[in-house]
Amino acid sequence: MKSTLLIFLLSLSVYRLCAQENISPSRPQSGDIALVHGTVHTGNGEMIPDGLVVFSNGKITEVGKYAGPTKLTEIDCSGKHIYPGLISAASILGLNEISAVRATSDEAELGDINPNIRAAIAYNADSKIIYNVRSNGILLANVIPQGGIISGSSSVMQLDAWNWEDAVYRLDGGIHFNMPNLVRFSTEGDPVKDAMDQIEGVRTFFRQAKAYMHETRHEQTNLKFESVRKLFSGEQTFFVHCDLVKEMMVAVSFAREFGFRTVIVGGIDSWKITDYLKKYNISVVLRQVFTLPAMQDDDVDIIYKAPFLLQQAGVMFCISDANESSRYRNLAFNAGVASAYGLTREQALQAITLNAAKILGIDNRTGSLEKGKDANIIVSEGDVLDIRTSLVSLAFIQGRQIDLDNKQKQLYNKYIGKFGLKN
Amino acid sequence: MRILKWLIAQKLLFLAVLLVPGRLVFAQATFPVNGVADPRSDYYAFTHATIVKDAKTTLQNATMITRKGKVVALGTQLAVPADAVEIDCSGKFIYPSFIDLFSDYGIAPVTPGQNRGDFFRYQNTSNTKGAYGWNQAIKPETDASRLFTTNNDKAKDLRSAGFGTVLSHQQDGISRGTGTLVTLGSDKENLVMLKERAAAFYSFNKGISTQDYPNSLMGEIALLRQTYLDAQWYKNRPASEGINLSLQAWNESQALPQIFEANDKWNDLRALKIGAEFGAQYIIKAGGNEYQRLDEMKATHASFILPLNFPLAVDVEDANDARLVALGVMKHWEMAPLQPAMFEKAQIPFALTAAGLKSPAEFMANVRKAMESGLSSARALDALTRMPATLIGVYDLVGSLDPGKLANFVITNGPVFEEKTVFFENWIQGKKYIITENGWKDLRGNYKLTVKINDKNREYTVEIKGTPDKPAATLQPGADTLKTPVALSLSAKMVKLTWSLKGDSSRLNSLSGLVEDKFWVGNGYNADGEPVSWNMQQSSPFVEKPDTTVKKAESIKDINRSIPYPFNGFGYEGPEGQQDILIRNTTVWTNEKEGKLENTDVYLKNGKIASIGKNLSAGNAKVIDGTGKHLTAGIIDEHSHIAATGSINECSQSVTAEVRIADVIDPEDIQIYRQLAGGVTGAHVLHGSCNTIGGQTQLIKLRWGRSAEEMKFANWDPFIKFALGENVKRSFGNSNNRFPDSRMGVEQVLVDAFTRARDYMKEGPARRKDLELETLAEILNHKRFITCHSYVQSEINMLMHVADSFGFRVNTFTHILEGYKVADKMKAHGAAASTFSDWYNYKMEVIDAIAYNAAIMQKEGLTVAINSDDAEQARHLNQEAAKSVKYGNVSETEALKMCTLNPAIMLHVADRVGSIRIGKDADLVLWSDHPLSVYAKPEKTLVDGIIYFDNERDLKLRRQIAAERNRLVQKMISAKKEGVKTTPAVVSFDMINECETDRHVKNSIWELGNETRN
Repeated sequence: MKSTLLIFLLSLSVYRLCAQENISPSRPQSGDIALVHGTVHTGNGEMIPDGLVVFSNGKITEVGKYAGPTKLTEIDCSGKHIYPGLISAASILGLNEISAVRATSDEAELGDINPNIRAAIAYNADSKIIYNVRSNGILLANVIPQGGIISGSSSVMQLDAWNWEDAVYRLDGGIHFNMPNLVRFSTEGDPVKDAMDQIEGVRTFFRQAKAYMHETRHEQTNLKFESVRKLFSGEQTFFVHCDLVKEMMVAVSFAREFGFRTVIVGGIDSWKITDYLKKYNISVVLRQVFTLPAMQDDDVDIIYKAPFLLQQAGVMFCISDANESSRYRNLAFNAGVASAYGLTREQALQAITLNAAKILGIDNRTGSLEKGKDANIIVSEGDVLDIRTSLVSLAFIQGRQIDLDNKQKQLYNKYIGKFGLKN
Repeated sequence: MRILKWLIAQKLLFLAVLLVPGRLVFAQATFPVNGVADPRSDYYAFTHATIVKDAKTTLQNATMITRKGKVVALGTQLAVPADAVEIDCSGKFIYPSFIDLFSDYGIAPVTPGQNRGDFFRYQNTSNTKGAYGWNQAIKPETDASRLFTTNNDKAKDLRSAGFGTVLSHQQDGISRGTGTLVTLGSDKENLVMLKERAAAFYSFNKGISTQDYPNSLMGEIALLRQTYLDAQWYKNRPASEGINLSLQAWNESQALPQIFEANDKWNDLRALKIGAEFGAQYIIKAGGNEYQRLDEMKATHASFILPLNFPLAVDVEDANDARLVALGVMKHWEMAPLQPAMFEKAQIPFALTAAGLKSPAEFMANVRKAMESGLSSARALDALTRMPATLIGVYDLVGSLDPGKLANFVITNGPVFEEKTVFFENWIQGKKYIITENGWKDLRGNYKLTVKINDKNREYTVEIKGTPDKPAATLQPGADTLKTPVALSLSAKMVKLTWSLKGDSSRLNSLSGLVEDKFWVGNGYNADGEPVSWNMQQSSPFVEKPDTTVKKAESIKDINRSIPYPFNGFGYEGPEGQQDILIRNTTVWTNEKEGKLENTDVYLKNGKIASIGKNLSAGNAKVIDGTGKHLTAGIIDEHSHIAATGSINECSQSVTAEVRIADVIDPEDIQIYRQLAGGVTGAHVLHGSCNTIGGQTQLIKLRWGRSAEEMKFANWDPFIKFALGENVKRSFGNSNNRFPDSRMGVEQVLVDAFTRARDYMKEGPARRKDLELETLAEILNHKRFITCHSYVQSEINMLMHVADSFGFRVNTFTHILEGYKVADKMKAHGAAASTFSDWYNYKMEVIDAIAYNAAIMQKEGLTVAINSDDAEQARHLNQEAAKSVKYGNVSETEALKMCTLNPAIMLHVADRVGSIRIGKDADLVLWSDHPLSVYAKPEKTLVDGIIYFDNERDLKLRRQIAAERNRLVQKMISAKKEGVKTTPAVVSFDMINECETDRHVKNSIWELGNETRN
């Protein structure tokens, strides 16, 4: 069956002849596919040498040890590694094409309390950044609006789509609260009180929203109140963006008043209050591992080892990559560094797959290689967490094999050709 | 009616004139007298006093005679002249009044102009009207004597703190003009002014200047240096300059004492370096942290003016707030009061100043704080009298109580610095200014009070305690044992006593009268409102109990006096020493033709790589087991902005070749340590990319704990930063009025600059030495090399054409994200490339940036480096280099060279660093794993064979930081409990320089946004 792989790859190179603007979304999976002989990393902590992953109609049907030839289309992954598609838990992918060019920036809206703002509808499915991101194994991204205090709702998008409607994987799953800083940058005034006043304003908003939900008949429709309905019903998650202990604790107590399912995004100091986070069942999205310690006296590696500290304490967390210069494509290496500083490789992988899926509320569909889940799968030539070996050669979103070409590869080939250089 | 009103107004005015205590108005011969002349000789004899003539000489029971504002005689055997007024000073002390060299007394504050800080309203030259110089912050023409007016309110505050003379200047600008020496008398300005121009003043603060240049510390330094040169050149009156009153005034003030407000240990050294270059011996107005580098201060042989505005304790009761306060901040709080004592011990000459205090009233308390911290009272007095007078050459006039000097002195009732001592009078120029009259006579003691009501005497015992100037009284009726507090109010000799007995506060006994020595007398009303007469006779004087303030002395002992270098948590106590090191049995990535050597030993001696081989003998060397580890050359970051202070962009002109990063190296930047922990040993610290021709760069080695000078890479070829594209044409705003506004203009900026430089080189030796053109001439002479921030292919080609046409080579293109498109042309030109690994789409000019850039350029034969341009990115440049393996299949040995050997080659230092070869500097990293792996951690980072980062020592430092933080937090909390004033906890975050948006805190939780888009 190995010859089928060749045909498969040949058909891909036909696609390659198309210009960069026409890297097309793939057609739905037709026929069952079996990835064989690769080392399977399931994303839930398990590793299966010489493994087998079978998927059909976009769903995983079998995961286990390779036990002899199947009658399916087999793709030989010997020496390679098979992983669940990576999940970027916090980004502005598709909302911003060129940071410094205002016209290309759609990630922030005016106003302080904007729960009705929706990231999904501004998601540009043709953003060239998407192709770079997915060719590093990231197949799903949570796209978050940025402006104001309540910035709006985020949606999880799958990165192989004609338009945002196709791309939506989970619509409006989270409402985002940008916690005001509870610190002083100067001795002037009382910024902490000002911040608490702002938070009080948000509290008032939610109290009134709650009361509004109980109205038997609305005299006037309030779009902002309407947009947080699912937060109260538990279908949406309350994402609080903050880093310091006081901010996190104020945020948690705030969310508890309303019974929101709560996640902290940022969480630089979250390792300091693991008992508290566990007690209230709060998960953490560590925004970025490649970042500087907050304070001069902090351990130089504090950011690198924070994932391990959370893991040890049993706090649910995931790792994201929010770097606006390299554009989220180094997600796997953020996890890799966390592994250098304490996590096992499987735990590090889980922090960018299953844990991210759990936090985003999509773990029933993806995040691990398990029977019944979507066939969101990547194959890497080597350890995907380590830069020098990480080379994603195959990727499937909901069973569709996606084109891993991108503008950067095309320009590479163009100039390799110009100079007559070896690839 | 109108006329009447006018008359009343005139009369009021007239009265007002009369009421001014201005008898001396009539003493000026040139002034007409409105009335009758009233000449006096102000002849006084102060007798029976303890006279502290100067810090060394005290006369007991002595007499001082003053006449016409001056001391005429002083001694223990002096007869009181019959025609002098005798003032009995029994029990009193007389000290020379203090002198403050750093004051703005009597000078109205400057008011900021408009447009300041408006980045997009570019102001190229000064908007000061008149025949002055080009730069608004260079104001040597400012003459404080012409601005000075007496200000009796402020004078009174200063006099009350013991001051008699101040050197006052307008505290604005980089060159601030001259200060005037004045007394704190209230007479007409003509008489209080002692010296019209007593010193010239400088600072690193451009003040209210609205002009763009300079906007950085390095620009300020360059401006001062250029002004020295221009002033020298102006002496020959070059016709092209016309009359330049600023340069003229500059030249005129050079012979005066030169005082530089530097306000920080490193800035002190920066100022003194400028002074040394141009033969100016600055007196340094210090900042308070100089004790952290006392040896360097001493080595300058400079004199200092030390402020006493010690930091307040931080309110760190809340543990989460305490987290935000850096150890260095807390430690400085503890140590700052030690500074004067440390200067005394180190025998560094210094004067003291009240500058920086909220009010002069805080001054004495802070002197005492310095004395509790070890400053001797003799040196404190000297630093307030003789030393300041001597520093500005007026010791013949003020600073001691010798005959012929001004009669400026303070009368007290005890040693001048003691807390209990009362200042009664401060005489300025022989004229009395009362601070307080209370207590001149000590009224304290036990009294018998007799109150007579309706011819009946009622007796009380009154006890007066408290301090001489603020006595407090209690009263006991007859045999009653209950003491009732008495409100006692003294004003000169007039006295008021009120009290109410036994909790009946609504009914007051109220007495009023006069104090005649030990006998008090007067009338009043009792609690029933009946009229009374009274008298009070002292029965026994007050006996002072000995003071026992042992507690404070103990708290001084608690101070941890060890000074880490740098002054922060990760500082070391003293620089690390050199020793032989043998790294045994490791994988050595040589970066040489030998490639990767397994199971190999490397021996380091005298900071160099001495031998490489198997089973080398250890001898006396420290042995490090490298089994399972990897040894590489230290990482060199071709494009860094760490370890520089005061802005890394001089943004104000399109050509600022005169500014030098070398002037602003900050050896205490925590990023240095963090990057050592990431395997970085060398950093090319660049000017930002804000203008086409930026500033001169500086290559440093990360010798953590050393001084700025010691960090510099010795004997390297100097470089300069250029930039092209969006930043230099300022595309990020909606408007721009600084040339250039397009890439077309950028070319012309370059052509113009080099054309001017070429013409300049042809000028004769009489030419005006221009620091900017001198630097550009170095480029034309192949003595200085360019690293140019650049992105798109058009501009890359353009610069190479400009360079070719002027006969020089562009050494390095940095960033160079479209380098892959023109790699062949760059190779032909001979340029090297230093690039980011995988950044893209953060601005328009990087939309074609590709992660394969390094690989293509490397394969095309260019010397390629991977740089950081970012304090965070630099912590893992090995991983960034590894991306060229991933994107473009570069071999691992070549990839590693991209962050080690290749930057060394493009910086012309590959003969000393960048590879592991015998004879090269031992700048090395021992990694836990494959050096290109994301799992590799630096375990030891060495520079010159010294281990500057050691993962084991790092763990010790962490414990030490935790313990020391805890000690200081506890100490601050108890200080607060004891009632010490505190300041709220403010985040002590570090400024992180960025290429494009300077003074921006990035990649941490402190995303403060663009403070200044420079």
